[in-house]
Amino acid sequence: MKPRSRYLAVARTVVWRNLHSAVRQPALILPALAFPLFFYMAFAGGLSAVGDLPGFGYYDYNAFQFVFVLLQSAAFGGVFIGFSIGADFDSGFTRRLFLAARARSAVITGFGVAAVIRAAGVWAMVFVIALATGMEVGGNGIDLAGLVGLALIVNVAAFLFAAGLMTRLRTLQAAPAMQLPLFFILMTSPVYVPRDLLQGWIETVAEFNPMTAIIEAGRSLMAGDPFHLLLAFALASGLAAALVVFARTGLRRAEAAG
Amino acid sequence: MSTPARLFPRRRMSSATAALPTQVRFLAWRSLLRTARQPIIIVPPLVFPLFLLAINASGLDAATAIPGFPAESYVAFALAFPFVQGSIFATNTAGTNVAEDIGTGFFNRLSLTPMEGPSLLVGQLSGVLLIGTVQAIAFLAAGLAAGVEIQSGIAGALVLFVLSLAICAAFGTIGLFVGLRTGSGEAVQGLFPLMFIVLFLSSAALPRDLIAQDWFQTVATINPVSYLIEGLRSLIITGWDGEALALGFGVAIAIFAVGLAGSTLALRERLVRT
Repeated sequence: MKPRSRYLAVARTVVWRNLHSAVRQPALILPALAFPLFFYMAFAGGLSAVGDLPGFGYYDYNAFQFVFVLLQSAAFGGVFIGFSIGADFDSGFTRRLFLAARARSAVITGFGVAAVIRAAGVWAMVFVIALATGMEVGGNGIDLAGLVGLALIVNVAAFLFAAGLMTRLRTLQAAPAMQLPLFFILMTSPVYVPRDLLQGWIETVAEFNPMTAIIEAGRSLMAGDPFHLLLAFALASGLAAALVVFARTGLRRAEAAG
Repeated sequence: MSTPARLFPRRRMSSATAALPTQVRFLAWRSLLRTARQPIIIVPPLVFPLFLLAINASGLDAATAIPGFPAESYVAFALAFPFVQGSIFATNTAGTNVAEDIGTGFFNRLSLTPMEGPSLLVGQLSGVLLIGTVQAIAFLAAGLAAGVEIQSGIAGALVLFVLSLAICAAFGTIGLFVGLRTGSGEAVQGLFPLMFIVLFLSSAALPRDLIAQDWFQTVATINPVSYLIEGLRSLIITGWDGEALALGFGVAIAIFAVGLAGSTLALRERLVRT
């Protein structure tokens, strides 16, 4: 077997195992499905009056919140796979897999592909429900493809962060260490109102938060009026590239730990 | 074992009944110590609601410009939110503790003693009330530090304190019920997202009359959590609102009664099973 084929076989096995587990144990996939949906309902439904505020300036509050929920589910979708990595370390499965697989990065790649597949399923479900409940789409197919592309990069970046952390800490107990920083970065961006309407400390934090540019670009794509796309894609890709190094060094530590 | 009155002769029964306060005291002390010794149980229920309050207060400050918004400051409006969110953590604490007791066999050993059911339930809730007290002090202090003025004055702050503890105890009984029924810490943890959803689908972010989506307004009106939040909020931004307070206390007492009845039944069943 060629090294490339061997690599792909390992990655494919990890993907299949992860998706199979999610299907056989719905409790594993349920939070990833339910949370974005619930956030969309709570924010778009409960706060829609905020969309009528003077200076709000976005065409549809449902669409405004949908983009946030999409990017949030992308990020948390990556982190939820981190739970699987942690659980596999706890049970000793990953260690056995590392012994069997010559290319150990293929194990992490497999988890990453599973994260993307699972996130794509969640996006499709939220998108259908948002459309069914009256969300208006301002952008065309290309804009929407750009939005999905942005979400994909965010998903991969979040996964690499989770993988880097889990390969270092190697226990499910470290789950809050994955979730809390992500939660903080997401919630200190313009979640409820555009940046111009933010007041107080959050206005300053949002200004420097890289997620702000990514969410604003996503919302501009949804509206069909692209805005600072280059900055958003550069930030997301740069973050993902930096986190590749973080995940790789984490993998080396896990290998060294045996 | 759960009904010592039936098992003990009349003379022994009266001494067993007289021992009830002692049983409660011992179990309550154990629950308080156990809670106080685990910062991981106390810190998240304090930090997470305060963090969300800080974000929502700044992020949604613009909402005060909506015509008819009942407060000038969103911090004052949103201050009731952490009280209820913190109480939701009480569900987890109470449920996880009892599930742990079942898992470690403590419960089995306890069932071999003449311990009475009510003392066990009241004792388990003591740790939850300790967290509730710490939370109420911290949230109130944070609100006052952020410039919130309690419209109902000092007496209102005391009522706020009592209502928040009542809410904590009410959610605590739900946690006890799930913990006793399932005996699984994981099942109790699974309750947390559900409780979180119930919290968000209420009038927590906007007053019910300002919620523009009809379906959400209906859900928030049916949702009992809305009345808990509105009871607490009325003391902060309105002053003395008898109706809001009656509904707030009424809903808390109703949840407590249902939770306690469920826990008592689950406890009886659990002791039969063991």
